Amino acid sequence: MFQRLPDAGGERVSFTIDGQPAEALSGDSVAAALIANGVGACRTTPVSGAPRGPYCMMGVCFDCLVTIDGTGNQQGCQIRVHPGMRVETQNGKREIER
Amino acid sequence: MTDLKPRYDLAVIGAGPAGLAAATLAATRGLSTVLLDEQAAPGGQIYRAITRSPVRNPNVLGTDYWHGADLVGPFRDSGADYLPGAAVWSVSRTLDIGLSRDGAARILPARHVILATGALERPFPVPGWTLPGVMGAGAAQILLKTSGLVASGNVVMAGSGPLLWLLAWQYLRAGARIDAILDTTPRENWRQAMPLLPAFARSGYVGKGLKLLLEVRRKVKVIGNVSALRAEGDGRVQSVVYRQGNGAEQRLPADTLLLHHGVIPNINLANATGCAQSWDEAQRCWVPDVDGWGATSVEGVAIAGDGAGIGGALAAEHRGRLTALDALHRLGAIDRATRDRDAAPHREALDRALRGRDFLDALYRPGKDFRVPADDTIVCRCEEVTAGQVRDAVKLGVSGPNQTKSFLRCGMGPCQGRLCGPTVVEVIADARGVSPAEVGYYRLRPPVKPITLAELASLPKAEDEVAAVMHH
Repeated sequence: MFQRLPDAGGERVSFTIDGQPAEALSGDSVAAALIANGVGACRTTPVSGAPRGPYCMMGVCFDCLVTIDGTGNQQGCQIRVHPGMRVETQNGKREIER
Repeated sequence: MTDLKPRYDLAVIGAGPAGLAAATLAATRGLSTVLLDEQAAPGGQIYRAITRSPVRNPNVLGTDYWHGADLVGPFRDSGADYLPGAAVWSVSRTLDIGLSRDGAARILPARHVILATGALERPFPVPGWTLPGVMGAGAAQILLKTSGLVASGNVVMAGSGPLLWLLAWQYLRAGARIDAILDTTPRENWRQAMPLLPAFARSGYVGKGLKLLLEVRRKVKVIGNVSALRAEGDGRVQSVVYRQGNGAEQRLPADTLLLHHGVIPNINLANATGCAQSWDEAQRCWVPDVDGWGATSVEGVAIAGDGAGIGGALAAEHRGRLTALDALHRLGAIDRATRDRDAAPHREALDRALRGRDFLDALYRPGKDFRVPADDTIVCRCEEVTAGQVRDAVKLGVSGPNQTKSFLRCGMGPCQGRLCGPTVVEVIADARGVSPAEVGYYRLRPPVKPITLAELASLPKAEDEVAAVMHH
């Protein structure tokens, strides 16, 4: 659970999480945008199916992998959210066609 | 990437304090310089989002953070090219840099390369550390700097080291609530640290550090001498279970658990480039071998900043300038005497910035129980390998981390050992009763960031290279 500081400045960005409309702040990474929207777990692991959420926020742990605009295994913390972006949580391995 | 030159005198990788300072000095003094960075904006992790942080109140992040802006301005004026959003996945011994950006890859040749890949948080393997809601304290700090986000609900911080206290202080400044700080600093560390205290007392950190510590201790419940820790929850963290010394288990409700016990050099790119490295007993991590100018064992490749051993942000910027002066010298732009003369003030500043570092290393050296976890703890997050499995492999004759790859897939997931390497080394060393120096580290190979076949296929190919594949 995270919340935005009341005076945090910036433009609002509309995007979707698993098809549901969501809002982020301009400059948010996808991982930050998920956290800001109360989505703590963004994927399940390919090995045991355990849920995972962002851990390092700096591109080293790869726990924040999500599907972005149809492409799987994207590092959510390394990509900025943009208007209309389609973010999907991921189950297990990346599928071959995405 | 079309506005890049076909070749550069100097490529600097990483736009934290070391990279910014190195690129600024080199470009100002005439080298054609490019700064490649994985992030969308300059600053590295310590000055993350320095040009665009949504945190409006400057007192929240503190003056040390805002110093980062003093590095970005001169960099912008320096004439260096800047490529943000670029993941560098390879540096060859011929100094060809493989990088990807926006789904396309390219090879960029340089005459000299400075790696400024900085640090990452030392892995903190405790049972339940893979649960959503458990994060690095550094991760929480990035969320604060880049997005103005703070943890809410029941927040527990656990571990040791300056960054944990800094984050707590920043959280309090931001008006956030912290339920408790579980301090895992081993009491016996004070004995090793005390003789180093006089040097620390003369450093610039002591006054600031004490003030910050006292302010946090006044406002937050600090539970000391924590000897065991685990996160529990169904699908996400719900509580933190801990023990003080040999005491009974205690439980705290937690929606967020922020872990930290120090930072270590991010060595993946240097290691994959072939730079020799050694075990640093004081900082308890592998560190690339560098000389006083940051030069590595690979000709033409230098390392500046925390990537060559933890010294902190200010030291990083001075080390960046020293490596840049050496680059100027090696490329023939200045003679040795000029290099040495111009380096003098930076070397002095570096010495000042490093004063007292030994004390911090000794005091905040993580306890063994948290470096060498119990059998049921996941060590390799990617492949979900436990410490017990690593120990079983040692019983079968595994002597080092490279063999655990073949036995367990440990270290072979997408993070490429960044989150398990240090722990695997410690567990194997402990099980064998030898020093980590003897155990070694993963032999890493490029690409050090995952790239797609499509990105590789997008690389420009010479006719004879295509012919070589097509006809065989």
